[in-house]
Order: sequence, then structure tokens, then C-alpha cells
Amino acid sequence: MNGISFSQADFLAMLPVWALTITGCLLMLVNMTPRKPGSNVSALLTLIGLAVAGWGLWSHRDTTKAMFNEMYIVDPFSTFFALLFVAIAFVAVLLSWDYLKRTALEQGEYYALIAFSTLGMIFMAAANDLMMIFLGLELMSIALYILAGFRKNRFESNEAALKYFLLGAFATGFLLYGMALIYGTTGTTNLSQIGNYLNGSPITSTPLFVIGSLLLLVGFAFKVSLVPFHMWTPDAYEGAPTTATAFMSAGAKAAGFAGLLRVGMGALPGVMPDWTQLLTGLAILTMTIGNVTAILQSNLKRMLAYSSIAHAGYILLGVIAGGTDGYAAVLFYLAVYSVMNLGAFGIVSLMGQGTDERVRVADLAGIGFRRPWMGVAMAVFMLGLAGIPPTAGFLGKFYLFRAALAEGHLTLVIVAVLNSVIAVYYYLRPVVVMYMTQPEGESLEISPAIPATIALVSLVVLTFALGVSPTALADAAMHSVLAVFH
Amino acid sequence: MTILGMPILTVLIVLPILGGLIVALLPRSAESQAKHVAFAVALLEFAASLPLWFAYQPGGPPFQFVEKVPWIPGLGASWHLGLDGLSIFLVLLTTALSALAILGSFSAIHERTRAYYMLLLLLEGAMIGTFLALDMVVFYFFWEAMLVPMYLLIGVWGGTERIRAAVKFFLYTMAGSVLMLVAILWIYFLHFHQTGVYTTDLLQLYQTNVPLGAQTWLFLAFAVAFAIKVPMWPFHTWLPLAHVEAPTAGSVILAAVLLKMGTYGFMRFAMPLFPNAAYALAPALNLLAVIGIIYGALVAMVQPDLKKLVAYSSVSHLGFCILGMFAFNSPGWAGSLMQMLNHGISTGALFLLVGVIYERRHTRMIAEFGGLWKIMPVYSVIFLVVMLSSIGLPGTNGFVGEFLVLLGAFQHPDNRIWAILAATGVILSACYMLWMYQRVIFGTITNAANEGLKDLTPREIAVFVPLLALIFWIGLFPNPILTRMQPSIDHQLELIRTRALYQREIEVQQAIGRLTPPSGTRPTTPTSPGVGQGSAVGQ
Repeated sequence: MNGISFSQADFLAMLPVWALTITGCLLMLVNMTPRKPGSNVSALLTLIGLAVAGWGLWSHRDTTKAMFNEMYIVDPFSTFFALLFVAIAFVAVLLSWDYLKRTALEQGEYYALIAFSTLGMIFMAAANDLMMIFLGLELMSIALYILAGFRKNRFESNEAALKYFLLGAFATGFLLYGMALIYGTTGTTNLSQIGNYLNGSPITSTPLFVIGSLLLLVGFAFKVSLVPFHMWTPDAYEGAPTTATAFMSAGAKAAGFAGLLRVGMGALPGVMPDWTQLLTGLAILTMTIGNVTAILQSNLKRMLAYSSIAHAGYILLGVIAGGTDGYAAVLFYLAVYSVMNLGAFGIVSLMGQGTDERVRVADLAGIGFRRPWMGVAMAVFMLGLAGIPPTAGFLGKFYLFRAALAEGHLTLVIVAVLNSVIAVYYYLRPVVVMYMTQPEGESLEISPAIPATIALVSLVVLTFALGVSPTALADAAMHSVLAVFH
Repeated sequence: MTILGMPILTVLIVLPILGGLIVALLPRSAESQAKHVAFAVALLEFAASLPLWFAYQPGGPPFQFVEKVPWIPGLGASWHLGLDGLSIFLVLLTTALSALAILGSFSAIHERTRAYYMLLLLLEGAMIGTFLALDMVVFYFFWEAMLVPMYLLIGVWGGTERIRAAVKFFLYTMAGSVLMLVAILWIYFLHFHQTGVYTTDLLQLYQTNVPLGAQTWLFLAFAVAFAIKVPMWPFHTWLPLAHVEAPTAGSVILAAVLLKMGTYGFMRFAMPLFPNAAYALAPALNLLAVIGIIYGALVAMVQPDLKKLVAYSSVSHLGFCILGMFAFNSPGWAGSLMQMLNHGISTGALFLLVGVIYERRHTRMIAEFGGLWKIMPVYSVIFLVVMLSSIGLPGTNGFVGEFLVLLGAFQHPDNRIWAILAATGVILSACYMLWMYQRVIFGTITNAANEGLKDLTPREIAVFVPLLALIFWIGLFPNPILTRMQPSIDHQLELIRTRALYQREIEVQQAIGRLTPPSGTRPTTPTSPGVGQGSAVGQ
């Protein structure tokens, strides 16, 4: 092992990390000054930081480079995810801008937490070392725990944060223990070295290793909320400020899958096939329980939470299928899912006025014709999540099903398509309520805001654009997977 | 063939969609003008579709006006459109009926007119896309996309039970079609394993050899999707509900065009892709068709609600389409296609006629009417003609289709019994239609509320004149249509026949191969399918 050497080129490749770290620290500092700068400045600062990070990522989109004793890797895979995280954070900041003012949560720390959490996500995608993954996961999660509890004086927010934190800490414990056991069997935490060590080795069937890898899987399953590790999701999503929910439902899930794929493709490619049965069971459970429970929800945030659980199940199809097609389908779907889910939560964040938030499905009554643009946007996101063409949701599912069927997982695909019929039922409900019912009592007030509108319009356009012309994104996903998976 | 430099088929799909967006973006003050803009778009679309009738060459290349542009290369999907003798009339029917449905809604829809006409136009674009698609992904894309506008039309502008009807319509169709998606992927991989090429192009998938065992399942997956759409008994339960609750234009489009996607799907996709299974399962489908014919007619007879009566008559009439198709012969197919066309015209007209009196009286109960002959003479005459065409009186369009279907079924040695049973459906349809007509139109005015009813306005007459013209024209001179259909029918039937024979040949060879000891020389399997599909694409 050499000492850490660091060149100017490395510095540029690490630009996104610097940008986000500095942004986060700066936000904390300026919010400590006696005259607080107000959230406009904080939001703007975050956007600038994210834009710089995004620019840095884009300019290094074809770079492949291992740094810090091969702990941190810049490659098309990490860049794909990092760009996705930065974009998610960017949209989340736009959505939060007026939401925070409206709901009297105006504190600059909120944006600092978003920046740090995004940083953690990037670490997970770019990690080539178990410790790095752990670091990223914790950085992301701790920021998210605080975000979940950000509505300090609301009971459900406190509950959300506590539940998320306790269960999250427990899951992290599993993850860390799994890492320790894997380190114990292989003698290294470096993913590539673990992969080389395990290649064709009988050690993969020793109890120590099997338990270690399963514990690792549990840790990730918690983060991407697979059934039965999903219990925290509805509560955390419901209690957190809606825009933070938007951020974590898209970002944390994508990051969880990024970490899982990194470990799976980098360290355990030989073990992934052994997980097939287990993952198949998890996928069927996750899709079915997520979708069926979502039908019963009257609270939009909880409904979307269960729907996001079900989506993790669909994504698992790509993981199970494996291979370049399977993993590329996962990347494609994560991007598409993020677009639609950010949009759906973004709409929810506009519902209500002042600190009074209205998040029941029934609150949408009649909104479709009173606020035509908002109605159309919500309908597009719902139909997109349901997977109806010409939205991106359809092609996302198509890629996943195609990958799974290519590997002969017929039962799994049939369960998945039947699940998407169940899902249609509850995704249609907001549409029914918006367009086909009249409000009982006072009708819903909407608090429109310019930054949120910009974000939502772009998300609607993206939902259609990716549904009609997916090639650029699909190629990028494939390119990213090929960089890691051979 | 191009319009303003754009290929004509793409124009036909894009024009109504763009038109719909324009209608949606009209300013709020133009709410009352939306219908005129929409009608103008629909007329333009109809005018754009007319050249197809003149430029289509029967006996020319199987598919004409073909467009093929790569769409998603990674999947092997391309924007592949083409027109043949099967789809040309369905496209023309769509453009004509959409325009008439829009014209017929002028006085019925007063609220949210921009959204209403936008959805009708979007629906039109998606339906045309479904009929023109020669790529499975493009087909599925439009097939599903079409659900959304129809769902909203029923759910927003429908009757009291509209929400239940809309959701049921959506879920039924969706549930049927997701398994078709799995089957599409299955044959896609089958094709890949045989040729090493990923493609969703229908004409290439036509060349895929599908093992007999898999064919049954794949055919069933397609058949359920299409049978729900047709709808065939026992998958029909969504239809009466949707029809009754939908606004008039929704019912017209639903009956005239949407149901035809199911029957068309059998002809274009399910039967040629899985011919052996189609032959094997034909008795079952014929049985369901005949049950549908008789059941639909019997249930129609006892309906107190005009719209429900027409809805159940659809179940009965569509049974004839299936029966003709599964005779696997030329008269059967010609009759089936004619029946699709005629059902579109006659039933579309019937729904419009029901809509006329519903607008005036806000009821569709047969018992509420009676003696309309005296106060609405023009209406009654038009109703008479349409009703007779729906029964299939010689001289009207309905006769041609039903006659050919029965002829085709009778010519097929195994189907005689079905033909005889189905013929009773013709008699039953005379019963329920004539009885309904008698109760609504004849006699004295029994309900005082009907005394002040106004006869048809010039606009309403304008809606029916083209339909009446079609009824007589097709009834008296069906030849221009039949000659345009014939080559494509022959081609498609030949495709089904040769593919089935070829597949059986392969299986026989494989069975022999398994029987011969390994040391013996293995029999060579045939290397090319009987029909050269490579040359089948007309450019």
C-alpha cells in the first residue's frame, strides 16, 4: 500500500464531492451567523452547489479512475448514479423552496442536510470498499433521519424520525456485522479484491460467509424497503416534510440499489445466482404486499409510500435477472421512477395552505378541472407509476420484464404484471377523485410556487419524453453497467 | 404517399393527437368554440384518410403505404406502420365515425367541452395507431394508451354509475392485456433464439416457429386480451355497464371502433402468430361465439333500457365476427370483416339515435316512449332503416356480413352446427329489434312528456345522412369493399395455413428424430417457412 497520492486530475474528478461538502458546510456556517440569511439564500446556494457538482460529473462522464487506495471509484456507473442523485436533490430543493416557507420550516440546515445526504448517496455509488459503502450509507441515512423529524412540533414527524432512526440503526447494525463477517472470511474490505478472492473459491459456501452476505443483503433490503423490512417506510414517508419525502423516496431507494449493485457486481458476482430464490421470494412478497396495502390507504403520502415499496419489488426483477440487460434495466427504471415519484410527491407538497397540509386522497376532489395543469400533472405521474404508455413507466417496466423473462423467470414476470393491474386500481383513485368527484365541504387550496412549478413541468415533460424516446437514457444505463460488469 | 412531406399513416395518427392538444389549449373564453375546432380537425382527418381508399391497390403488395423507422434500437422496436385490406376499412370507419360522434355531441356536452373534445381526438389517434401498427411494441403502446381517454370520457361525462363503469372498463382491459405483454416478450425471445435478432416487428415474428406446446398458452394470452375487448361471452360484463354510463359519443366510439380492436387483433396477431393453437382451439371459440350470439340476443330482448339493449345486441353481433373468423375460409373472413364494418355503422347509428331522444327526454327507458312516429317522423324513418340494417335485412349492409359469415361457417365441415345455431341469432335479433321499435315508435303517444318532442334538427340529420348512405351503399354494392379486402384475406389465410402446416412438419420431424437411434442419420428439418415473408413487405 502506498500513501495517498493526489493529483490535480484527481481533484477535478472529485469536484462533485468537494462542491457538495463545501456547500453543506457553508450552509451550516451562514445559518450560524446572528443575522440569518433566510432560506432564499440557502436554497440558492444549494442549487449552485448542486449545479457545480452536476457540471463536474458531466464533464467526467467518460472518466474511469480509482482513487484513495481504490476506495473511491469514478466510472460511468458512479457517474450515472451521482448525476441522478444530484438531479433528485436539485428537484427536491426546487420543490422545498416555497414549501418550507409555507409550512414554517424555514431553516437553512434543511438544505445542508440535503447536500450531505446527496454526498452520502454519491459515496455509496462510487464506493469500491465495504467501509466506503458504510460511510456513504450512514452519511445519507443520518441526514435523512433528521429530515424525517424536521417538522419538530408535529407528533407524526417525531414518530417518523424515531422509527426511521431506530429501525435504520438496527439495519445498519446488520449491515456492519455482515461486512465484518465478510472481512473475516476474505481478509479485505476492498470490493474488487473480495471478488478476486472469491472467484471460484469454495469459501462462498462456508456458514460464516453465507451469514455475512445475507446480513449484508438485509441491510440493503431495509434501505430500499423490501418486504418484510419495509415497516418504517409508510411512517417515515408520512411524517417527514413532504418535499423531504420526495427526496428520500427517490434518492435513498436509488442509492440503496446502487450500493447493492456495487457489492453484487463488484464483490459477489458468483454469489448473486445463489440469491436468486431468496430474491425471487422477496420480490413477490414486496410487490404483492406493497400493492395490496396501498389499495387500503386513504392518505396520499402513505399510498405513495406503499407504492414505492411495490416499485422496489419490480426493480428487484432486474437485479434477479442480472447480466448487463438486467442491471441496465434497474438503472433505467430507477431514473424513471425517480422522475415520476418526485413529481407525485411534489404535487402533494402543494396541497393545502399555510401550515395546514392536506394529504388525503379525498382532498383532491374536483381539483382536476379547477386546477387543470395540476390535475394533468398528477394524472400523468399516477399513470406513469402505473406503467401506462406513453409514459416512461411503461418502458421502464418493459425493460425489467424483458430482462427477467430473458433469464426464464416466467412466474416472477407473471406475478409482476398481475401486480401492475392491482396497482392500476389505486393509481386510478386520485384520477377518479380529481376528475370525477366534487369536494365535500370546503375545496382544497393549492399553494403554487414558481420554483416548484418549474420542477413539476420538467418532470412531466421528462415522463413523456422518456416514454417516447428512451434510447439516450437506456444507452447511458447500459454504458454504465458495462463499465462495472464484464 | 405523403401529405405535406409527411408519410400519410403517421399523419393520420399524429393529426388528431395534435388537434386534440390544440383544442385543449384553447383559451377559456373559447369553451363554446371547442366543438367547432374539434369537428374541423376530425373532418380534416377524414379527408386525409380518404386517399387511402383510392390509392390502395388490391392485389398489390400485402402491406402498402409502409413506413419503417427505427424507434428503440436496443429493443428492436421500430415505428413500423402499414395498411392492408384488413385494416383499411377499420381506419376509414374510425375517421368517419369519430367525426360523426363529434358532430353528434354538439348539443349534448356543455361542460368542460375542451377536455371532452381533446379526449375524443386523442382516442381517435390512438385507435388509428392500433390498427396501423406492424410492430408489437407500437401496437401494445397504442392499445394501452387508448384506455386513458376512454376511461376519462366515461368517468367524467358519464351517467350516475360512471365511476364504477370507468374503473371496470380500465381494469378489465388492463388485466387482459398484461398477459398479452408477457406473451409478446415470449415470442420475442423465441424469435431471438431462432435467428439471433431482437425484433418486435410483426412481419418478422410471423416467421418464428412456435412449438405446439407453447402455442396454446401464448394464443390463450392473446385471446383473453382480445376476447375481453370484443367482448366475447363470458368476458362481456364490462360492456353493458360501460355503454350505459358512457356519453353518447363514448358509446358510439366504443361500439363502432374499440370493440373491433379485439376482432382485428385475432386476425392480425393471435391467429397468424399461433396458427396451430388457433386451429386446435377453434371449436372452443366457436362455442363461445355462438353462446354470445344467442345469449346476447336473448338478454337484449328483455332489456328495459335502450342503451343496454343495443349493448347486448353488440355482444350478439360480435359473436358473428368470431364465428366467421374461425371458419378459416375466405367467405368467413370477408363476412367477419364486413360484420365489423357494419356493426360499426349500424350500432354507431343506433347509439346516436338513442342519444337523440335521451338528450330530449333524459331517459332511455323503452317504457317511457311510444308513438314517436307521429311527432318525430324523420327520426322514426331513420330509426327504421338503421334498425333493419342491424337486423340484417337484404339490401342493407347488415345482410352482407351475416350472410357471408354463415356461409363461411357452413362451408367449414366442422362448423355446420355452429352456423345453424348462429342463424337463430339472426331471427332473435329481428325479434328484439322489431319489438323495441314497435314499443318506442308505433302506437299512440302514451306519455304526455313526449308530446312536445322536436324532430331532428338539420345538424342531427347531417349526422345520419352519411350513415344511411353507407347502409344502403354497402348493402347494395358491397363489391368495391369486398374486392379490396379479398387479396389481404387470402394472404392472411394462406399465412395461417402454411405456418400451421410448417410447424406441424417440424414437430413430426422432431418426433421422428427422437425415435431414431442416435447412430442413425437425423432427418433434416425444413429450413424455410412456406410463405416468404421477407418479400411480403411492400414498399
